[in-house]
Amino acid sequence: MRGLLALLVTLLAAPLAAKEDIVLGLSQNRVRITADFDGSEILIFGAVKRESPIIEPPLDVIVTLAGPSTPVTIHKKDRRLGIWVNAETVDIDAAPSFYAVASSGPTGEILRQTEDLRHSITVPRAIRSVGAASMTQNPAAYTEALIRIRENGGVYQSLEEAVELDQQTLFRTSISLPSNLTEGAYDTRVFLLREGHVVSRFDTVIDVRKVGLERWLFVLSREQPLAYGLLSLSLAIFAGWGASALFRAIRSA
Amino acid sequence: MQVYLPIAEVSVNVFLLLGIGGIVGVLSGMFGVGGGFLITPLLFFVGIPPAVAVATSANQIVASSVSAVLAHLRRRTVDLRMGTVLLLGGLMGSALGIVIFNYLRSQGQVDLLVNLCYVIFLGTVGALMFIESLRALQRTRRKPGTVAPVKPRRQRSWIYALPLKVRFRTSGLYISVIPPILVGMSVGVLAAIMGVGGGFIMVPAMIYLLNMPTKVVIGTSLFQIIFVTAFTTLLHAVTNQTVDLMLALTLLLGGVVGAQFGTSLGSRMRAEQLRILLAVLVLAVCGKLALDLLLPPEELYELAEA
Repeated sequence: MRGLLALLVTLLAAPLAAKEDIVLGLSQNRVRITADFDGSEILIFGAVKRESPIIEPPLDVIVTLAGPSTPVTIHKKDRRLGIWVNAETVDIDAAPSFYAVASSGPTGEILRQTEDLRHSITVPRAIRSVGAASMTQNPAAYTEALIRIRENGGVYQSLEEAVELDQQTLFRTSISLPSNLTEGAYDTRVFLLREGHVVSRFDTVIDVRKVGLERWLFVLSREQPLAYGLLSLSLAIFAGWGASALFRAIRSA
Repeated sequence: MQVYLPIAEVSVNVFLLLGIGGIVGVLSGMFGVGGGFLITPLLFFVGIPPAVAVATSANQIVASSVSAVLAHLRRRTVDLRMGTVLLLGGLMGSALGIVIFNYLRSQGQVDLLVNLCYVIFLGTVGALMFIESLRALQRTRRKPGTVAPVKPRRQRSWIYALPLKVRFRTSGLYISVIPPILVGMSVGVLAAIMGVGGGFIMVPAMIYLLNMPTKVVIGTSLFQIIFVTAFTTLLHAVTNQTVDLMLALTLLLGGVVGAQFGTSLGSRMRAEQLRILLAVLVLAVCGKLALDLLLPPEELYELAEA
């Protein structure tokens, strides 16, 4: 009877003890793309807030940073009549322009498949390709190619064991943003895991924006394309004339 | 030093871009080609998205061509009348070319068509020009001391029998406007499909089909390239919004300076040498493109923004 009571107490206490919240800090909550922008590094750090003592089993942390998602078309080359041509085309519904996953351990061990599916955590899960199956017999090969090409380009990053976790409480990681960054809201998510289950989650957004001249040119090209085109042409003609005049002046001097 | 390009959305080294602009500018001033067939692949190579590379190089070609044409105008090596006639044909041709291009795009495989066009035309033009100028060079070498034949024989062919004859004083020609309009038109079609100014086709066409003197050909070709590429730039800016002003400005800083050097370099060289050099360059680019089509690619898959 006493044993049963003790068991009941532990069962009731367990969810209460598991109540753990994330307190997050970012080295910067906005990235400004200026004319001399050459990539950036974001430091993501935080602590686990809890009312009760630390419980076993040990905690794991996963941090993800995702750029805006866009559709992508993938062509596969094949040899036809001796030359290499785009033989098969597959459309991916949505793939993030940037995606980084940093974790405190190997994602295969600290994260369960079902949780990965639910929260779309690892790189392959962050890509949505429902329509691909109707366009090819081997849709997986296309997703793999997309990940491979973007990993080589540095825009998809799987940073295993890149999150440092101290005393089950303090965590920190740094994610480097490449120089070829697209504008938009970058979703930042932090997951706390125990035995592969997500026990807590925190979401925030890092704003990546062009500023100054970059912003002005971009907006003009989208909103007044004709004026933008004429501006480009007049600058080109002026530069051509200027160089010609300058050289004549130099030669006659 | 890096610069972030607002439309291309990549960050590239400034000196790399200045260098590319400069090299293409030198070639443009020397040979009277816009350099589109060279600058676009070079921009792909440094990681600029293809659509932005094609549109922006058109804008850059406008700048270096203006710079070079002004130098040619002072030297009186531009046949304005011939240039205008060619341009009329050229604009008609590029309008037609854009219609063909859009039709082919709806059918898919437009990349392949563009590449094949490059290989076939660069290969043919390059080979013909190389053989011809090699012969011309041998003719002048064989008789040291004696004066080289002043003028290759004029072909008094059917071209001279056509009506609507006009005197082109700068070129020293009295021919019908029909052949130049046809030449301009076919170059315009190809230019629109291949996304270039078309100088590398225009120059040999003027020399071999219209019998224009080489010195006049370069300035005249540049003159009409300005208008064709300006038209293309506007079209890209309005329909695709892929002209990157920041990229164009950096390229043309290098380009306009290069074009001035190229023009003075070109005026110091003999016409045959100039043509052999251009032929070698054209053949080199053609060879590179042909290898890309024939050799198995390292990465079978290719991403394109939808």
